Amino acid sequence: MAEIMDDNLGMEQDTQRGRYLTFSLGKESYGIEIQYVTEIIGIQTITEVPELPAYVKGIINLRGKIIPVIDVRLRFKKEPREYNDRTCVIVIDIMELSIGLIVDSVSEVLNIPDQDIEAPPQMKKGNNRFIKNIGKVGNEVKLLLDCEKLLTDDETETMSDIF
Amino acid sequence: MSDQYTNEPMLDLFIFETSQQIELLEQYIITCEKENGFKPDIINDIFRIMHTLKGSAAMMMFQNISALAHTIEDVFYFLREDKPELIDCSALSDLVLEGIDFIKVEIEKIKSSDQSDGDASSLIETLKEFLIKIKNENSSVSFLDNKKQRIDKKSQSVHDGQQYYIRKKNVIKKIYKYMYKALVFFEDGCEMENIRAFTIIHNLREITDEVYYLPEDIMDHDDSAEYIKQNGFQIFLKTDYTYEKMYEFFKETIFLKDLELVQIENEDEFERFIINHKEEIDSKLIQVPDLRENAKIDNQNTEHQHISNVQSMISVSVAKLDKLMDLVGEMVIAEAMVIQNPDLAGLELDNFQKAARQLNKITSEIQDMVMSIRMVPLTTTFHKMNRIVRDMSKKLNKEVDLKIIGEETEVDKNIIEHISDPLIHLVRNSIDHGIESPAERLSKGKPSCGTVTLEAKSAGSDVLIIIKDDGKGLDRNRIIKKAQENNLLYRDVSEMSDKEIFNMILLPGFSTKEDISEFSGRGVGMDVVAKNIEEIGGSVSVDSYFDKGTVITLKIPLTLAIIDGMNIKVGDSCFTIPTTSIKASYRPQEKDLITDPSGNEMIMVREKCCPILRLHKKYKVSTNITKFNEGILIMVEQDGKSLCVFADELIGQQQVVVKALPEYIKRLKKIDGLAGCTLLGDGSISLILDVAGL
Repeated sequence: MAEIMDDNLGMEQDTQRGRYLTFSLGKESYGIEIQYVTEIIGIQTITEVPELPAYVKGIINLRGKIIPVIDVRLRFKKEPREYNDRTCVIVIDIMELSIGLIVDSVSEVLNIPDQDIEAPPQMKKGNNRFIKNIGKVGNEVKLLLDCEKLLTDDETETMSDIF
Repeated sequence: MSDQYTNEPMLDLFIFETSQQIELLEQYIITCEKENGFKPDIINDIFRIMHTLKGSAAMMMFQNISALAHTIEDVFYFLREDKPELIDCSALSDLVLEGIDFIKVEIEKIKSSDQSDGDASSLIETLKEFLIKIKNENSSVSFLDNKKQRIDKKSQSVHDGQQYYIRKKNVIKKIYKYMYKALVFFEDGCEMENIRAFTIIHNLREITDEVYYLPEDIMDHDDSAEYIKQNGFQIFLKTDYTYEKMYEFFKETIFLKDLELVQIENEDEFERFIINHKEEIDSKLIQVPDLRENAKIDNQNTEHQHISNVQSMISVSVAKLDKLMDLVGEMVIAEAMVIQNPDLAGLELDNFQKAARQLNKITSEIQDMVMSIRMVPLTTTFHKMNRIVRDMSKKLNKEVDLKIIGEETEVDKNIIEHISDPLIHLVRNSIDHGIESPAERLSKGKPSCGTVTLEAKSAGSDVLIIIKDDGKGLDRNRIIKKAQENNLLYRDVSEMSDKEIFNMILLPGFSTKEDISEFSGRGVGMDVVAKNIEEIGGSVSVDSYFDKGTVITLKIPLTLAIIDGMNIKVGDSCFTIPTTSIKASYRPQEKDLITDPSGNEMIMVREKCCPILRLHKKYKVSTNITKFNEGILIMVEQDGKSLCVFADELIGQQQVVVKALPEYIKRLKKIDGLAGCTLLGDGSISLILDVAGL
């Protein structure tokens, strides 16, 4: 019995492996592992919560569940942009935490096999810590996010953002 | 109580039912002991509870519980049948309560999925000895009479046992190929023969519809176990299975000693068996109601004085209720989205409006209902104290009476879980430290029996629970001395009121009792009580009168989840202030305002100077309303300190469901003055202000 369960679990993880939800921010395309994604919703009324870093836009009511939303543009220190009807909130579930990511638009779910994934090239001024890998799809390049880093950021940066 | 059950459903049910029955049993025993006598209907009830317990425990293979229940059942069987005159009531209560404790411990073990390995044999021995003792003591009293009666009853019940059970439910009967007659004997000493027999029948039902067996009433009658032991368990069945298959089937039975399996060739023989016994049943049917009627009249004659807690109820997991509450919240939001849909703006829709109002009425009723489902009366929590009072008064040789008032008061389920332990502690304290020994009481001119009163009543959105004793009261001088020793005094004693001094016993590390007793006095008591109560937003206060007694009052919010809140608006944001902390709200006049050199604003209200807090400044919300005469001031008070909150406008008062801020935000930063958030009727989110933190 236990073996079957394990098998099932393995199967499920297998079908989700190597699949990425891609979304765009400006002209770049990003990818996020599908196993983290719970759902995609349109932009909603966001209730501001005071005294938080600017990239935390506030909280939204997702069918009775209250989840925080962060603006990925602001998180990556890009220029803010007006929200429109292409703007989406990707709800992800990481380490028991639900969180919404505001992105410009959601593109598609892609299969990126392991051989097409590379470590990001070494930069002189240090790598962006949110980018885990780089995926190649045809001629395009997808920046694959490290979701865990997105949430559990070092305290120091958070503090400096506030003050 | 909040254990997350991860056991299988059968086990869950067993645990739940058993704990309920044990609780009921405990209450029965304590009532009986108080009245110093067991009433026939209570004996019947206890007998029934033990019987069920025995059956279900055996079913779940908890032999120790089942054996113990069996022995207790024997004792009560004797009480029920022979109605002996001489029973040592308190000894019996002690024994049964000991048994209850044993079962409780075992159930706890099962709950935490440990092996139920307690050994009840010594307890069973004592119970058996007790049974023999009362049998002997009572045998001289109307011995012949009783014996005759008993024999009568025995023969009758065995006679009753000779019935066949015929299933009439299946209208369309399958034609089966083979017929068998089986005679099953169980191993000696395997006990519960009737239940094992039932298991066979249960398994047989899977392969055939036509099963007849003897004795018929295996589940209802204990004598049937005896009968099976003596004569074996007879089964007649029709099936498509071959002889070999049937033989295999029966061979799998646990504790099987002997099996006779015969294939019956002749249909008539089979039919005859059934028909013969059918007649028997018919003739019996006339007798059985007779007996029942007698019993009923017996019951009616006896007074019903014991507390009856049996209500028709079902148990639902709290997780499901939480889910339901969320769903109702969603529904309210969805409703608002439909009714206030922008597409409808400017349209004259009379019928739509009518229907919408009806929908609104229903949804708000559902909302109220869901909230009320979570409310549970304090009855069980209070009645648990009976046992504690009883045990302690026996051990400490004090006479104590427990009076319960207002047990029907309802509070949220979560709260009940939090107050149970503090209550036990307070009651113990009252008996141990408060109530004096009978001799001391008499010398003071008080009745020798002390009284502990447990009272609950609602007061607004709070519930007051009052624990009162008529003991010696708190010793003011000893408290002061103790406080000095422990450096707990923060003010001059002469300046402190009695109440302030008494409330010092709630401070951590304070205990006036010099010697530690079994029940209380470890010096961790009162401060833990105070902490537990404060955790759920309540408060504790102590009052005491020398030689008159002590009164401890717990003030507890009705529910953790719902508060009455005033919604206010600042710019585009919405905030909620708990109504209980609001004193007044008004539009200020410029001339009342005072600004000190460092820019702090204050206002004079009713001869008092009160600081002003501008919400839009504190939380950096952009708003057009910054002048005092455009907005509104809300005066809030917490712990005796007042504060005026400046907001744009009041939106209105409503009951709100408190939700915690998301974990992510709490991890980022602890925001001062925010207690949580809540969903408003239209689905938007409002932040709940924590007045103490502003």
